[in-house]
Amino acid sequence: MIKKLTETKWTGVVLMICGILLMIFGIHRGEMSVVFTKAINICMECIGIG
Amino acid sequence: MDNKKMKINEWPRHGIQALWTLLTNSHLSGFVTGKIYTGKLKNACVPGLNCYSCPGATGACPIGSLQAVIGSWNFKMAYYVVGFLIFVGALLGRLVCGFLCPFGLIQDLLNKIPFPKKIRTFRGDKLLRRLKYIIFLVFVILLPMFVVDIMGQGAPYFCKLICPAGTLEGGLPLVLLNKSMRSAVGWLYIWKNAILVITVILAIMIYRPFCKYICPLGAFYSVFNKVSVFRYRVDQDKCVHCGKCAKACQMEVNPVENPNSAECIRCGRCRKACPTQAIQCGIKR
Repeated sequence: MIKKLTETKWTGVVLMICGILLMIFGIHRGEMSVVFTKAINICMECIGIG
Repeated sequence: MDNKKMKINEWPRHGIQALWTLLTNSHLSGFVTGKIYTGKLKNACVPGLNCYSCPGATGACPIGSLQAVIGSWNFKMAYYVVGFLIFVGALLGRLVCGFLCPFGLIQDLLNKIPFPKKIRTFRGDKLLRRLKYIIFLVFVILLPMFVVDIMGQGAPYFCKLICPAGTLEGGLPLVLLNKSMRSAVGWLYIWKNAILVITVILAIMIYRPFCKYICPLGAFYSVFNKVSVFRYRVDQDKCVHCGKCAKACQMEVNPVENPNSAECIRCGRCRKACPTQAIQCGIKR
């Protein structure tokens, strides 16, 4: 069963569609604004200061 | 067998890596002014490990974004970033590591620096490669989710305590360009720079140590290598079992045994080393 799933490209296609649906759901609930706010401000933790 | 003996030309791939790095870090004025890009493109994640506090970065780092959403008091679940990672992983797998990651390019170039004894593998190598999955689970998911402040906000613990890409791409240029930041430098900055120095030294000795043992993004994409739409195939009728592909692989994968191994970054060295063109890649079937 697992071998069959890894042999076909359709597993990847189905996962890609799942990924797109999750992205749409995440954008719909406003997660993109968290990403944007974090990305446009200098992340003090990331650079080793905060 | 080292690179010189195999004589595999990797510069076309490095060209693509460099082009992608330039494209996703095209806010070049940031390297002069010490300010980061604040435009709308930063709503979107880039596929590779690229610190969004890099003065040139025009997109958001997926690992940083994942921790930001998981650590936010009002969300905790990160559907947007996880969906993006699943989409990219299911399409390309770790091809991203081989072609679209700026920190991968830096490590590739560092490994070209001559060193008396390059280390291909060592005792415990395979076991140590599992560390990246633990780092993903602990530092990217669990700590930001559960170790929170009084407001319910979790810090991006991987970025804060480990990520050498953030230090190199964001920390060093921003601290050099901003006087106020220089005065705020403390033990955390020293710690992160020590990790960066160790990573650089190891990358000269070992091929892509960060990708092999630490990178949580590579850990996530590796899960999709076996099922991704883009994949490698070995034509068993053409294969003469000479072992040249396995010798050429710097990630220590044997493509004949496992052409879509979780450790394969799809750099294509095995394809170039194959004398019978038995290794193919693409999206067919």
